[in-house]
Amino acid sequence: MCLAVPGKIMSIDGTDPVFRTGKVSFGGIVKQVNLAYVPEAKIDDYVLVHVGFAISIVDEAEAQEVFEYLRQIGELAELEENSIQ
Amino acid sequence: MASESKNGNAFICPIPIEQYPNVLLAHGGGGKLTHQLIEKMFLPAFGNSILGARHDGALLHLPSQQLAFTTDSYVIRPLFFPGGDIGSLAINGTVNDLAMCGARPLFLSAGFILEEGLPMDTLWRVVQSMKLAAEQAGVQIVTGDTKVVDRGKGDGIFINTAGIGVVEARQAISPANVRPGDAIVLSGDIGRHGIAIMAVREGLEFESTIESDCAALSGIVLDLIGAGIELHCLRDLTRGGLASALIEIAESSCLHFEIEENTIPMLEDVKGACEILGFDPLYVANEGRFISFVPARDVDRTLARMRAHPLGAQSCIIGTAKEGDPGLVTMRSRIGATRVVDMLSGEQLPRIC
Amino acid sequence: MKFIDEYRDAQAARQYSDSLRRVTTKPWTIMEVCGGQTHSIVKFGIDELLPPAITLVHGPGCPVCVTSLELVEKAIEIASTPDVIFCSFGDMLRVPGISRDLLSVKATGGDVRIVYSPLDALKIAEENPAREVVFFAVGFETTAPANAMAVYQAAQKDIHNFSLLVSHVLVPPAMEAILSSPENRVQGFLAAGHVCAVMGFWEYEPIAAKYHVPIVVTGFEPVDILQGIYMCIRQLEGGRAEVENQYSRSVSKAGNLPAQKLIGEIFRVVPRKWRGVGEIPQSGLGLQEKYSRFDAEARFGLVHFTADEPAECISGLVLQGIKKPYECTAFVVRCTPEHPMGATMVSSEGACAAYYHYRKKS
Repeated sequence: MCLAVPGKIMSIDGTDPVFRTGKVSFGGIVKQVNLAYVPEAKIDDYVLVHVGFAISIVDEAEAQEVFEYLRQIGELAELEENSIQ
Repeated sequence: MASESKNGNAFICPIPIEQYPNVLLAHGGGGKLTHQLIEKMFLPAFGNSILGARHDGALLHLPSQQLAFTTDSYVIRPLFFPGGDIGSLAINGTVNDLAMCGARPLFLSAGFILEEGLPMDTLWRVVQSMKLAAEQAGVQIVTGDTKVVDRGKGDGIFINTAGIGVVEARQAISPANVRPGDAIVLSGDIGRHGIAIMAVREGLEFESTIESDCAALSGIVLDLIGAGIELHCLRDLTRGGLASALIEIAESSCLHFEIEENTIPMLEDVKGACEILGFDPLYVANEGRFISFVPARDVDRTLARMRAHPLGAQSCIIGTAKEGDPGLVTMRSRIGATRVVDMLSGEQLPRIC
Repeated sequence: MKFIDEYRDAQAARQYSDSLRRVTTKPWTIMEVCGGQTHSIVKFGIDELLPPAITLVHGPGCPVCVTSLELVEKAIEIASTPDVIFCSFGDMLRVPGISRDLLSVKATGGDVRIVYSPLDALKIAEENPAREVVFFAVGFETTAPANAMAVYQAAQKDIHNFSLLVSHVLVPPAMEAILSSPENRVQGFLAAGHVCAVMGFWEYEPIAAKYHVPIVVTGFEPVDILQGIYMCIRQLEGGRAEVENQYSRSVSKAGNLPAQKLIGEIFRVVPRKWRGVGEIPQSGLGLQEKYSRFDAEARFGLVHFTADEPAECISGLVLQGIKKPYECTAFVVRCTPEHPMGATMVSSEGACAAYYHYRKKS
């Protein structure tokens, strides 16, 4: 549940998939995070961290979708207004 | 101990460590060992003629005007943390309480309750830190006491202080004097102390360069007084953070305070720490920040003076006092909606949910 | 902070708010499942930005709130046992048992320690081989991979003094329980984004179809929640009932496969009693038989008992979204964060605590 925070992978330790950890930075503070569940994660990736585990890699392209969607509904609203007029 | 106090390095503990590496019950007994502790550790460190009189109490010459008087106790764990220790905290905390009364802090007392077995070296480091903090704040430690309790009955060191200062503010500084329309000015970014402590708490450690903001605020406050600014109220932020200070004053003054989330400065890494621990920064402890309530006409001058001081470089207006629901503090969130800022019950605990 | 601040942007929030006003033509009731979403809604004042026709109800998405009274009592029992080091997330420390909580056990000498991660508890076990170390494994599916890893590593390292008190709960059965209740008024859901980061959202498709409710996987920041609500309203206004993914930067339909694999290895689905709600079949996780040596309930030989909630406490109804906190006769008057009657007042995510802290007291 709930409290998972995105952070940037600064370094990765170990090759064993289960015990692989990385140093993840959250605005400058750094925590050791277990990377077992994000085997494709690499340095500079942003990962979502919950209780010391990375549970997903943040997709930077999808991250923009929220604003793209907003732009589209804005355009749609304008079109609708114009067609009413 | 986890980290060095600020003045760490080049000193030698004057108590012969080979003979007495740890504090013994006898050091609090009033006999030879107590005498040794006073003569060899406390007197040279806090050295002043008043203390040097070696009497039961301090005889002080004070101008005949209003005095400010405060007391406080320090029980912090860990004893040493990034940016400070229990010693510097004790001095600065007491100095700040006096400063918040609009007073020039002058004299402090220091009562030590030591746990049997405390490494003498640890005590020495704390005493050195107090010496440095006192010098920086321009105060003298003029009287004190030492007791030792059985092993297991204390937490290493407890320090009790009392402080006396001479009031220099021209009008009374108190929540009762806050007026509707007063600007609420914050002296700098919030949350450093609480997060610095968290970073070294067992089970929650993280790497950070965050240091406690522990500092004496008397200098910056006396600057404001010297500039003739009409200070209605002052409050230093401690445990309970910015929120608690605001709520306490709102309740005492029976006014409504409205603040803007966007105006409150915070370091990026303090923010990061609050995010991962699930802390609300409004409630995180500070030790070197204060809020002041000044009339709107004095705000520009107040900001200019504060920003000219090293401890006030990030000073900013965070809100206003208003007529309305007495004791209510509200905050406009960064998305433009309003929430009530309420008193927290108990300490904030790190959360997962 | 990247991937946080952008989703707290005032302008984007206002635009979503305006768009919602434009597209909402009828009253609708939406439930956000996750306590973290409730927290965000109340903290940022998001419901102030919604048109009055939209009612948000707060769901049972707080593992702290739903952990049964029995399990809290068992935790207290174990933590009070001499020589045990009891490790827990901070959230659980103030959850009321019958007469005490874990914080008061700590105050009376119990070795209760707050940890950030279950692996911290494992480390404590390794450093204290002569003592029993127990970890209170609370959480929804989001926390299951972490708890599973702690057990897996303990088995790999052959650690004998470590066990878990398991209180895992699952979201889809809870949603079904809400939807199949005759008193249900929920017409659309914001699914919990971080649960779905682990589990994906394929499990919700049959639920959306069976009950004809739109389900939108939603994040936690204000802009995420507003977009999630917008997408849900569009479906409701259009008569659709599909699963959509607002939180696509962190959630995929399949979810996190390595995490699901380890969860399946360590845990199995079991019935679980939800505090204030009752037993929901197949709604929890328990340890697989081959890892039963890590089960604290077995290790400490704990006796089964049931306990009654205080009669006045309606936390169960609040959790299911049937009542709001201020409809409780004890709210503020007898039940406060200092003297909580039910877990919804204690947990920072509990709907009652959220209302208490962020709303004007009436």
